[in-house]
Amino acid sequence: MRYEAPTTVNAAVKLLAGKAGIARVLAGGTDLLVQMKTDRIEPDLLIDVKRIPGMRDIAPKGGGFRIGAAVSSAELGEHKALKKAWPGVVEAANLIGSHQIQGRATIVGNLCNASPAADSVPALVAAGAVAVVAGPKGKRNVPVEKVGTGPGKTSLKKGEMVEAILLPKRPPKSGDAYLRFIPRTEMDIAVVGVGVNLTLDAKGVCTAARVGLGAVAAQVLLVPEAAKALIGTKVDAAALDALAAACSAACRPIDDKRGTKEFRIKVAGVLARRAATIALQRAKGK
Amino acid sequence: MPLDPNLDPATHKFNVVGTRPVRPDGIDKVTGRAKFGADAVAPGMLIGKILRSPHAHAKIKSIDVSKAAKLPGVKAIVTRDDFKEREPSLRDVLWNVMARDKVFYDGHAVAAVAATSASVARKALKLIKVDYQVLPHVTDVDEAMKPGAPVLHDDMITGGVDPAPKKASNVAHRHEFGHGDVEAGFKQADVIVERSFKTEATHQGYIEPHACLANVGPDGQGELWVCTQGHYMIRNVSAALLGMDVNKLRVTPSEIGGGFGGKTTVFIEPVALALSRKANRPVKLVMTREEVFRATGPTAASSMDIKIGVKKDGRITAGLADIRFTGGPFVGSLVDMGAMSAFAAYDLENCKAVGHDVVSNRPKLAAYRAPSAPMVAFGVESVLDELAKKIGMDPIDLRLKNAAKEGTKSSYGPKYNRIGLIECLQAAKKHPNYTAPLGPNQGRGMAAGFWFNFGGQTAVSLNVHIDGTVALTVGTVDIGGSRASMCLIAAEELGVPYEQVRTVTADTSSLGYNDITEGSRTTFSTGMATIEAARDCIGKLCGRAAKIWGIPPEAVVWEKGYAKPAGANAGNFEPLSLADIAKQAATTGGPIAGHSEINAEGAGVSFAVHLCDAEVDKETGRTLIKRYCVIQDAGKAIHPSYVEGQYQGGAAQGIGWAINEGYIYGKDGRLQNAGFLDYRIPVCSDLPMIDTQIVEVANPGHPYGVRGVGETSIVPPLAAVANAISAAAGVRLTEIPMSPPVVLKAIESNGHKK
Amino acid sequence: MTMSRVHVSTTVNGDAVEYLCEADETLLDVLRDRLGLTGAKEGCGTGDCGACSVTVDGRLVCSCLVLGAEAEGRKIGTVEGIANGDKLHPLQRKFLEHAALQCGICTPGFLVAAKALLDHNPNPTETEIRFGLAGNLCRCTGYDKIVRAVQAAAAEMRKG
Repeated sequence: MRYEAPTTVNAAVKLLAGKAGIARVLAGGTDLLVQMKTDRIEPDLLIDVKRIPGMRDIAPKGGGFRIGAAVSSAELGEHKALKKAWPGVVEAANLIGSHQIQGRATIVGNLCNASPAADSVPALVAAGAVAVVAGPKGKRNVPVEKVGTGPGKTSLKKGEMVEAILLPKRPPKSGDAYLRFIPRTEMDIAVVGVGVNLTLDAKGVCTAARVGLGAVAAQVLLVPEAAKALIGTKVDAAALDALAAACSAACRPIDDKRGTKEFRIKVAGVLARRAATIALQRAKGK
Repeated sequence: MPLDPNLDPATHKFNVVGTRPVRPDGIDKVTGRAKFGADAVAPGMLIGKILRSPHAHAKIKSIDVSKAAKLPGVKAIVTRDDFKEREPSLRDVLWNVMARDKVFYDGHAVAAVAATSASVARKALKLIKVDYQVLPHVTDVDEAMKPGAPVLHDDMITGGVDPAPKKASNVAHRHEFGHGDVEAGFKQADVIVERSFKTEATHQGYIEPHACLANVGPDGQGELWVCTQGHYMIRNVSAALLGMDVNKLRVTPSEIGGGFGGKTTVFIEPVALALSRKANRPVKLVMTREEVFRATGPTAASSMDIKIGVKKDGRITAGLADIRFTGGPFVGSLVDMGAMSAFAAYDLENCKAVGHDVVSNRPKLAAYRAPSAPMVAFGVESVLDELAKKIGMDPIDLRLKNAAKEGTKSSYGPKYNRIGLIECLQAAKKHPNYTAPLGPNQGRGMAAGFWFNFGGQTAVSLNVHIDGTVALTVGTVDIGGSRASMCLIAAEELGVPYEQVRTVTADTSSLGYNDITEGSRTTFSTGMATIEAARDCIGKLCGRAAKIWGIPPEAVVWEKGYAKPAGANAGNFEPLSLADIAKQAATTGGPIAGHSEINAEGAGVSFAVHLCDAEVDKETGRTLIKRYCVIQDAGKAIHPSYVEGQYQGGAAQGIGWAINEGYIYGKDGRLQNAGFLDYRIPVCSDLPMIDTQIVEVANPGHPYGVRGVGETSIVPPLAAVANAISAAAGVRLTEIPMSPPVVLKAIESNGHKK
Repeated sequence: MTMSRVHVSTTVNGDAVEYLCEADETLLDVLRDRLGLTGAKEGCGTGDCGACSVTVDGRLVCSCLVLGAEAEGRKIGTVEGIANGDKLHPLQRKFLEHAALQCGICTPGFLVAAKALLDHNPNPTETEIRFGLAGNLCRCTGYDKIVRAVQAAAAEMRKG
């Protein structure tokens, strides 16, 4: 196995697109190294992207933010402006594992590892985040909900890597929130994850919303029906009921060692209600 | 050695016993200097790795190691052929160390290699070809008992049944304990509750995986560095399995990173020794976390039916338990201890507990802190909780009404000596936690618990150095801070400051035999031996002083660290300290030491009462523990901080067991959660501060009244938490772990979880 | 598959260190097997127990999930570097005074994590301490005395 630490995106892409064999991008390594140790993957080449300038930066862009692929969850949590604009995205990233994991884990790695239970992804989906994909044919932008296609599978082609996440400009009176269900208080993989992002008008009526659901299907889901339940309402009890029902209905979960189908379906609705309530408070400026 | 006649436990003022000094091994542990099992290295060391079965049940048709042997860097390979069955009593132990012609669980060891690096060893394992014939498997205890279940041993005929069955089955033995007439007892009852319970297997979860470094030469002499609770056991068993003379194997125990009973038997050690002997080089063998979960010794999984009847005034008229345990593929699931402990806390006229020892395709169990008692207490204490509610009685009062006391005939046979259950119950009633206000969705539960505690073979040597400092050499591994306690005891006896004594744990060649550190025996037994050795030494010191003064030895007394003339008649001599006497050792008879080699008897049982406040999120079934208190009888707390530590640690393990821990088997019989991600032990944020109260009811069998404390604290939590959840959410749970899906389902079906 | 070795120059506990390691060797393997720093422990190898905790450029991480190769040019901090010569750090002293360790296998990881916590937040609440240390498993103590020791150390350190 080879270890390379290129200093440009082009060099990294060239290595990724190179000869036959398994090449993997190494940013935080908190999924990759675990998979290597448990013999799920035996890479021929590891491409460490942390030495590429810009990969570890959080920068304002287009009114929103550009987050480099090697920015750790801990660094996200320390960025005041980002936390203020996107508390849901940041709290989701800060729920991945422990402080030790957050010292390394990246939301790009979380996205590209494509576990249906990834914590940051439902919040990114709800935020309308976009992945900047660099490849041999150049760059392209992909909405994050189109990156994961199944457990451990992405829509990236050989030689492609995500070099950054873009978060859009935030309209006023907007708020997002992420909640997950885990049996303990920390350290568990989400049994259900819900990200809610909404915008209110001056009268407090919801004019835009996006809802992301995690751990209830083969990939993280963007749930338009759930958003519809909120848009045009004041996010009152009836709207929350409809939201919960839409989320439960959208679930296509499995029974596994972390939860049963019926449990996930029920709790998706419960968490959606709670996350929407928090997002609403944040949108109102509380 | 009984309670000192001069020692009134209520009033005696100890000098250092009962204080909280810093432990002697502390600095090494906070600087990273302390050496644990995997921290040793040896020149020329090889790395050992074990090949394990991926099947829950299979015949081994052949093992072909030829390709692996040719891999450069591979220096030795062992299979079952390298181990000969020399001791019939160790047949099952050997089979578990390395499979004979059958594998019985996912992870069962089948072969091992020693190579020049870990990556070569891993590669070599992949080159070993094992031809398996997969067989049907069974992991559930009730399924394993059904006719038609896959039978693990075609020669297993249930023992303890008369007439013996004609067909082989998975039931190894039937045990029965109790006295009186339960049928008659139930007829007298006003209220009866009968329930069935199931608990899944759990693992001790020590943070240090098993690790050892073996070094055996061609003359069959060897050394072993190993993390274990019993280095003498490791020596004796490994020597037997390898055909070595016991005196040719020296085993040195490392610092141990947790055991809780899981490191009281051999797993990888005979394999490492066999590899080392074959390669004629040191071999280091360390288990991965996955191997620890799959292939060491979890608890039994259980299924039980509990039936208890009471009169309206709370008096129990009969208690009946049918308990089924499976602890892996060999006999010995400890269901007998479960049956014995079921009603041990109560003074019953009529009680009967039947235990069925069932084999199944799971790893062979090892002890886990009061093994068998937590599951059975879960059943009994839950039923008592229901009964208390039904007759409108405070749950502590119900226990008080029936509590065992001195003179009670226990449910497992012997009459109790002086015990402290009632004192613990009364303390619980008075404890502020019992009346603290509860918030919304919160409920309070309590439970009582019992453990036998043990004595055992113990040898100790106490040497006085030239400067008067004292070396206490013990043979019990320190798993909870016992070195500090032994220093306190020796210092107390000798009348010197704590800092003047240093305790070390000897290797097997340097001290006589010591039983394993288990059964809550160390402070009790090693403490007792230390007292005896110190008194032996004092006798010798007085004899030396007598020689120095030229007076008869009977005219010398020992007082507060000095030899003194017994009275004015004995002579006018300045007191002599340890240093004074030791300086003259060469001319007064040689080295000065005290010894003790005993089979410690008189261990006192330890009772505990736990109080738990739980908050249940009724929409998700998630439980948060808000308040927890352990009240337990320690007899006499030598070092209170470490006694509290045992209380808190056992409680935390019990809480984890109650709500989130448990082995998850797939349909293929393979363990699905062999890691700390999905085998969920409590993390720091899961628990509140754990309040403790040390009750001291002196054990008449120990000079200071000491009772073992390490195990009882894991016995009540399963029921205490279940009773708290029941109070918080209005549901009776009968399945452990009480994970959120289980609790939510119970809430939604409104009441009874069967 | 053959491994290509990586040459690494780094700093460990303030000392310049150089080593050769395999591409897939973790920083934990390097610390323990090549540098003789066995304070960091392998409890799980998958980032779930925190017994291998170290700091990289002041950031708390699990060394079992960092490659030895990644340490190039970085500053590594382990438990062996917490004391100042023969002067124990307040955390170390308080752990001893409060009996916050029984078997001691998790203690190095806890000390590194607790130090990182207090370096970031000198006045944490009990909840912040508990969540801040949630990545470190202890099986012996039930965490009670560990939390108290951290509180005591923080109080002493705030006094200056």
